[in-house]
Amino acid sequence: MSQLICQNLTLGYEGQKILSDLSFSVESGDYLCILGENGSGKTTLMKTILGLRKPMSGEIRTGDGLNRRSIGYLPQQTMVQKDFPASVREIVLSGFQGQCGLRPFYTKDEKQQAEKNMALMGLSGMQKRCYRELSGGQQQRVLLARALCATEKMLLLDEPVAGLDPKVTQEMYRLIEQLNKEHGITVVMISHDLRAALQFANKILHIGDKVFFGTREAYLRYAAAQREEGSCTHV
Amino acid sequence: MFETLSYYMQFSQVRYALIVGVLVALCASLLGVTLVLKRFSFIGDGLSHVAFGAMAISTITGALVSGLQPVIDSTNNMIIVMPITVLSAVLLLRTGRNAKLKGDAAVAMISVGALAVGYLLMHLDIFPNNGNVAGDVCTTLFGASNILTLTANDVGFCIVVSLLVIAAFVFLYNKLFAVTFDEDFATATGTNANVYNLMIAIIIAVIIVISMNFVGSLLVSALIIFPALSAMRVLKSFKAVTLCAACLSVFCASLGFFLSLLLETPLGATMVAVNIVAFGVFALLGAVKSR
Repeated sequence: MSQLICQNLTLGYEGQKILSDLSFSVESGDYLCILGENGSGKTTLMKTILGLRKPMSGEIRTGDGLNRRSIGYLPQQTMVQKDFPASVREIVLSGFQGQCGLRPFYTKDEKQQAEKNMALMGLSGMQKRCYRELSGGQQQRVLLARALCATEKMLLLDEPVAGLDPKVTQEMYRLIEQLNKEHGITVVMISHDLRAALQFANKILHIGDKVFFGTREAYLRYAAAQREEGSCTHV
Repeated sequence: MFETLSYYMQFSQVRYALIVGVLVALCASLLGVTLVLKRFSFIGDGLSHVAFGAMAISTITGALVSGLQPVIDSTNNMIIVMPITVLSAVLLLRTGRNAKLKGDAAVAMISVGALAVGYLLMHLDIFPNNGNVAGDVCTTLFGASNILTLTANDVGFCIVVSLLVIAAFVFLYNKLFAVTFDEDFATATGTNANVYNLMIAIIIAVIIVISMNFVGSLLVSALIIFPALSAMRVLKSFKAVTLCAACLSVFCASLGFFLSLLLETPLGATMVAVNIVAFGVFALLGAVKSR
């Protein structure tokens, strides 16, 4: 049984379609990369999966014990966060908010789990540091630790390495791979970086004028065929 | 100086005013951080104008009910002003975030409209003795000496509402943080951000209404925004900023209160002036610290 099934999704803004009839599914333990041009609707797709916006038509289902509300999310950074006075610990803990319901404070268990997630992301000793004074890579790790608090099963990452330098980018990829391989967390990642996508992902979803969904190997064959077709039409 | 102050403090009116002032300032400062960071400042500003319009309406209706005598009983006024302001808060929040309707223009429309209608109503010729309209308007806009006419009733009302606001804030503290820091993430992981945004707007409306008699509707926003902005210059965690803003606000309110007694200056303006000085000090501290 798949963890996440999207069936015949059509997405768009105010009556304008940007993506139509998209179907794919994500199995437990998958590492899915979503590729596509700027403006092809990658972030919109992710927000739709998370329930932040409604699809124009189609259906999103979850299964295999995954709850729609227990998907961890690493958004692109917003302007508000750039001058937000918050400590690392406060931000990571806020990952549990969705599970709190009406309970006003975090439990001991949640606080311990938050400590664990911070340690996992290499943030030990930084709990009291101010978020806005951290480097880009450190900020991403804080947000990743927060996402981990919200889920044990699936992470949605929206360009997790945008704006990071090459060394920090590698480190970020390594952390994500570790979460996928060692902790069995399903990863769905939007990426611009084709090479990294082919290196880490086992499945690829390419959206745009032409849609591809399948395994990494199938994508390589598909891309090669596309290139050939392209060169043919050029002649 | 202390003799003058202790002379003033003998009067229960002065003591009442001090209690109300400190409580109101405390409440106002609590939501400042959220307001500033969520770019909701426009709501605070818009609401204070609406509250002025509502005050005018309640003065009129009060006058009609009580045989064409303008009543200046703030607790009675609250019954009308509070619901109107809360309702407007909800409306402003809805329109302010609606990109299609040109949010900020809608806010300007509502707030300036309320101001104009309020002023118009106050000039209507239904008061037999409406000689002091200008004075009333000035009082409502900038706060006034009339805090010294606060009754035990008003003080009780203010204390109860303040305690409610503080309790609500403590209860919502972690949720406010989550919703303010990252609304998308909060919503995606199951926090109902809309409900909490609504609560923020309602609490702000309540704060504005209770502080209006005190510092006046035009100056209320300052009490909300300044302490938070000052604290944000220096401190680094949400908790520290919130606590610091609360303490700073209480301190500035008390200092402003005593200064206005000693110098015989208008209370609201004096409090705001003290807050401005405090902001300067904190900004300087922040600049030194970050070097």
